[in-house]
Amino acid sequence: MTGPRWVPAAGLALAGALLGWVLFFGLPTWYGERPRPPGTPASPVPAAQGRRIKARLFYVAASGSKLTSVEQDVPYGEGTIEQAKAILMAQIAPPSPPLASAIPPGTALRALFVTQDGEAFVDFNAAFMTAHPGGSLNELLTVYTVVQALTTNLPLVSAVQLLVDGKEVDTLAGHVDLRRPLANDPGWVE
Amino acid sequence: MPSKTRVGGLALGLALLLAITLVSQSPSLTLLSREGRRPIALSLVGDREFVGLDDLATAFQLTVREESGALTVSYKGRTIVLTGEQALASIGGRLVSLPARPVRSGSRWLVPVEFISLALASIYDVPLDLHRESRLLVLGDLRVPRVSIRHEPLGNAARLTIDATPRAASVVSQDGTRLTIRFEADALDVTPPPIQSQGFVLAVRVVDPSTLAVDLGPRFGGFRATSEGIDTTTRLVIDFMGTPTDAIPGAPASASPPSPPALPDLRPPASPITTIVLDPGHGGSEKGATGPGGTLEKDFTLAMARRLKATIEGRLGIRVILTRDDDQLMSLDDRAAVANNNKAGLFLSLHANAAPRPDVAGASIYVAAFSEQDLAGARLVPERVPLFGGGLRDIELVPWNFAQMRFIRQSAEAARLLEGSLRERVPLVTPAVASAPFRVLESANMPALLIEVGYLSNPSQEKQLANSDFQTVFSQAVVDAVTSFRDQLAAGDGAER
Repeated sequence: MTGPRWVPAAGLALAGALLGWVLFFGLPTWYGERPRPPGTPASPVPAAQGRRIKARLFYVAASGSKLTSVEQDVPYGEGTIEQAKAILMAQIAPPSPPLASAIPPGTALRALFVTQDGEAFVDFNAAFMTAHPGGSLNELLTVYTVVQALTTNLPLVSAVQLLVDGKEVDTLAGHVDLRRPLANDPGWVE
Repeated sequence: MPSKTRVGGLALGLALLLAITLVSQSPSLTLLSREGRRPIALSLVGDREFVGLDDLATAFQLTVREESGALTVSYKGRTIVLTGEQALASIGGRLVSLPARPVRSGSRWLVPVEFISLALASIYDVPLDLHRESRLLVLGDLRVPRVSIRHEPLGNAARLTIDATPRAASVVSQDGTRLTIRFEADALDVTPPPIQSQGFVLAVRVVDPSTLAVDLGPRFGGFRATSEGIDTTTRLVIDFMGTPTDAIPGAPASASPPSPPALPDLRPPASPITTIVLDPGHGGSEKGATGPGGTLEKDFTLAMARRLKATIEGRLGIRVILTRDDDQLMSLDDRAAVANNNKAGLFLSLHANAAPRPDVAGASIYVAAFSEQDLAGARLVPERVPLFGGGLRDIELVPWNFAQMRFIRQSAEAARLLEGSLRERVPLVTPAVASAPFRVLESANMPALLIEVGYLSNPSQEKQLANSDFQTVFSQAVVDAVTSFRDQLAAGDGAER
């Protein structure tokens, strides 16, 4: 007994569609963007031209000892990873006075990916560490600027692990444990 | 004819003249200033101590002029007028009584030593403080506490009680057959008393401006030093104990000696904390924060740790280990390992902070923070291992980076005590106690705190942190908190070790 002649063709089409989904949607979601050579900035966010969303970005509070959040327009990004990149690019950009950022000058985003468990791995260039002024409070504010920016604006991101130059680091300036992802901590925000 | 004498170099010749009068030399007065110490000769007239106006003129840049039997002492336009007829001094028209009238000795004029505090201090532009007993004349704002010493023989023990007023911290250390007591002061106003020795303490001596030495006798077996603040006085009590075979020298070796009276037990109680590890943050190429004046956090933390080590050892007799005692790079795991391997009862990591805004100031205390995920991941099932000689035993395996979890409650209590101890003495941030995922604390297998002593990024606090007085006050506060924490552990309140 033989089946209809369209069955093999339909099977091939289905396999092709599946392969396409894996290549163009699945893999980027699972693994994100591969780390780039040092000094190469992340690619511009592929977003709908001119479309923007509201996001809460984090800056040093007037008290100087905590963060404060400010709502700002950031470019729209298609999917969690692209949106996370758009938010971080806005977050690490030097703010206009009187806002002050806890992100060291010269910091650039190298790569970012998000696991299915909602853990974001954010890879910054070396300036993120070498230009850091030191002090545990400065370090906490720097780290939680990134953690809060992603976990507050992206419901699918529950924790953030920071990498520098594509590698895990123990700490940024000798205090905060960066060997594992850090969850949202509203205690560092006024 | 008026003779104007700007006295500067009369010295030797006039000393010879003095020798032929009724005046005789006595011990000198020590002038103590930021620039150092210098003697000013004293002369005895009868039983009263006098000082030469020429010597005072040299020491304090005074102008002394004699005219018609009156002496005029001038300094920057201000004057004191004296006569050899009366025990009075006129200071800008105001009369002040002196204990004796000025005395001529050859070509010199001598005034009673009290002239310095009663008259000269009124026209001088820097504080002058005369300490008669110790013959110290303190120029400027120096710390010269008055120190009194009391020795009590207690049969098979002895006690020295040393009061310093105003308060001055001290460090006691043993060097062979003597104890040295180094005070945080520029000098001491002290006259050591004679000691009725019973073999523990032979003598107490001044060995340098801020240090006393206690000469130890043959019965000395050990000591315990404790310190407390009483109003404006710091009281240091040193108990001296005998050796296990101690016997009173010269006592007859009779067959049935009389029973000694009951004596207080001066042995230190068993302490739940026998070792403290202090961790001077950063080091080597890792400089930590840098103040606007150039102070490096790594240097400050090392200086602070050394001072705190001396204070703890001197006051509590607890062994203190530094994770680093020089300018070396050290990993955070190695720092915690020093504490774990030495079975420390307390781990204190010392730091100086920096903030994005320069006006932030104050000390803060951190305990480790763990997330719910960390806590869940650390709940391990005990592992059953075979024993030599047969049998099995359950052992608890604690992940290295979660060792602190078991001590979070004790660490929080230590932080609370430290906050209370610091609150009245140094500026604190609000809130002063916080938790943070600090790596160096997470692996500590004992109560552990990270102490930020202050903000180097604040220009005025950067200077404060470098100040010796501030470091001493901070160290005393830490020692008081450690004492309270130790006592709580000894009372069984959550003691783990």
